[in-house]
Amino acid sequence: MPDADKILVRVRVNGEHREATVEPRTLLVEFLRDHLNLTGTHIGCDTSYCGACTVLLNGHTVKSCTLFAPMADGGEITTVEGLSTTNELHPVQKAFADCHGLQCGYCTPGLLLSAIHLLSKTPKPTDQQIRKGIAGNTCRCTGYQNIFKAVRAAAAAMEKR
Amino acid sequence: MEHYVRPASLPDPAKFRFVLPARFIRNRMRRASRFCSESYVSRDTISAEAQAETTVYSHPFTYHRAATLEDASNLVLQLGEEARLLAGGQSIIPLMKMRLARPTALVDINGIPGLDSIERDNGELRFGALVRHAEIENSEIAGSIPILHDCAAGIADVQVRNQGTIGGSLAEADPSGDWGAVLLALETSVRCTGSKSERIVPLEEFIKDAYTTVLKPGELVREVIVKVPPKGSGGAYVAFKRCAPVYATVSAAVQLVLDAKNTCKDAGIVLGCVGLTAIRATEAEAALRGKPLDVKNVQAAADAAYEAAQPQSDMRGSAEYKRVLVAALVKRAIGIAARRARGEKAEAGHEYAGR
Repeated sequence: MPDADKILVRVRVNGEHREATVEPRTLLVEFLRDHLNLTGTHIGCDTSYCGACTVLLNGHTVKSCTLFAPMADGGEITTVEGLSTTNELHPVQKAFADCHGLQCGYCTPGLLLSAIHLLSKTPKPTDQQIRKGIAGNTCRCTGYQNIFKAVRAAAAAMEKR
Repeated sequence: MEHYVRPASLPDPAKFRFVLPARFIRNRMRRASRFCSESYVSRDTISAEAQAETTVYSHPFTYHRAATLEDASNLVLQLGEEARLLAGGQSIIPLMKMRLARPTALVDINGIPGLDSIERDNGELRFGALVRHAEIENSEIAGSIPILHDCAAGIADVQVRNQGTIGGSLAEADPSGDWGAVLLALETSVRCTGSKSERIVPLEEFIKDAYTTVLKPGELVREVIVKVPPKGSGGAYVAFKRCAPVYATVSAAVQLVLDAKNTCKDAGIVLGCVGLTAIRATEAEAALRGKPLDVKNVQAAADAAYEAAQPQSDMRGSAEYKRVLVAALVKRAIGIAARRARGEKAEAGHEYAGR
């Protein structure tokens, strides 16, 4: 593709200004992983099904495999790398660890962000709301029960803070 | 009626997510084994040929941002036949990644101001084309017509609802889309804007066929206008699907007007995913209109819905299964719509298999 057709994409990722000039067809997940070297966001199905690539864009979860990078231009992105900048885990991360809400961990970055989005909108979710809130994230290891427990525990922990 | 046969040129949406991914996975694995075994290899160090071979992404295109509606319209006309509008992107991007769609140019309309509001005036609800499904799900104004909330709250999953738009969904006219059935059950029209003209088209006329609308080149959906149903109305949308991110197997949208004596003054019954467009089941509506809403008449409506459906057997179910399902869903939706018309609270929406 001629350079003239490439697009400068400027975003704030985890509070930091980042930019790169890319082909417009570059997917947001590819932009994050291959151009910004933020490989915490995973590519699972690459078909908008599994949610492993979930990130927060302007406060809302999106599947970054189903967004072209230029669509995020000027946006504020949070990836799993931005959840904890100190030695202390984010309460949702801690709850996933404590409740064994993961086995292989591949889906976890996406699930963490979906859980954080859910809890930001619904600080005290019902079981039904938790199920619905993470319905866009597929986990092939856990059977989800421990993930529910983790989200419940995270809600309780975040309420205490 | 015979089962419809999808024209060969049209992709079968049911196959998008389940047939093609195997190829993607193979490609991914090949890429992983070749480039990522030991250390991270930057994209820049991979030769152009290797990138072309391993990438599964869309055909190249040029990307344009429209600042106004007029701008969008002119850009699409200027960029030629293969230019497409880009709203939420939740359908066109998967299609482009599978190369079932190969636009040479995309005109992003997300930056156009004034297309993202939900307003109520003069007995109408007006949804800007860029209103996201999640915004409708959480909107009090939209919640005043419960069937809209039923639909918005269950489209795909949270992430898709945060991004997908009502305007894009109607303009795509996917036979399995949720909005078509729901909005047909209500009285809906679509405000279409071209570079020089504007027109309001009733939804019945707007959707012509599978993936086909009356939109002319350069014309786009500006607003979706829904008439507020009269007093004594109740509606419900029930969709049945296997899991969150997929399209429904079958859906039914029912909007009723009841009087104090439980007589059905008016009925809108629309079936989704069982034809090239959402199907208005006129016989089913006639089975209820002007009659008491009793077991016999509801059964007659369900039987009429069974006959009106034109399903196709696919990986989501056989045609017969879908007919039986559509009759059951119509019955269920009538029950919930009637309770709501009487002022009772009742839940409806997308139901998952095995839940």
